[in-house]
Amino acid sequence: MLVLTRKKDEAVVIGDDIEIIISEISEDKVKIAIKAPKNVKIFRKELLAAVEDENLKSADMPDLDIDKLREAIKK
Amino acid sequence: MIVKTKFFGELEISDKDVLIFDEGLPGFQDMHRYAVINDGDNPYISYLQSLEKSNICFIMIPPVFALKDYDIEISDSTVKKLGIEKPEDVKLYAILTIPGSFKDATANLKAPIVVNVNNNKAVQEILDDERYSIRYRIVKESDV
Repeated sequence: MLVLTRKKDEAVVIGDDIEIIISEISEDKVKIAIKAPKNVKIFRKELLAAVEDENLKSADMPDLDIDKLREAIKK
Repeated sequence: MIVKTKFFGELEISDKDVLIFDEGLPGFQDMHRYAVINDGDNPYISYLQSLEKSNICFIMIPPVFALKDYDIEISDSTVKKLGIEKPEDVKLYAILTIPGSFKDATANLKAPIVVNVNNNKAVQEILDDERYSIRYRIVKESDV
């Protein structure tokens, strides 16, 4: 893993078309700006972990009663 | 083709009901082919049955069933990957989680399944949208 030190308003370039700019630094937070092509997916890592967790729970319902499910899902 | 399912034993599935997830689903990245099975009794329920592991099956509802004003912006990355050309190409589903009791059932509105109905390519889209929750309760207190 590459570890770089950057100051406020400095940037990092990744590949040909991704740029990450350190736009604000405070005590325990940094604000970053990301320039990337529109087809690059960017999201907070904890959100991906939360979706993974939820999918694992959704797939793990061994005793699900389908008749009760049909009753529960109605307008 | 005959498919072994988690809830219904063996079922005949037609190719038009098979979705391809090139990237898999978060947590299930190594599985790419799923059948969509519509419930015979309840028009709101569909099942997303893995064709690779019979014991993996998600339960889905239309997101608008949970929240009638549900509207999302699909990312350019997904539009490109799925080859979406117009809004009518898209079908959305929300995955349900039912933790023991049905009154605690929730729908994942933050990460809907997005399908291009023309080529059956699909992704689970993760929305950067504060309005929608991963665990949106679908049974109102007044119904219990």
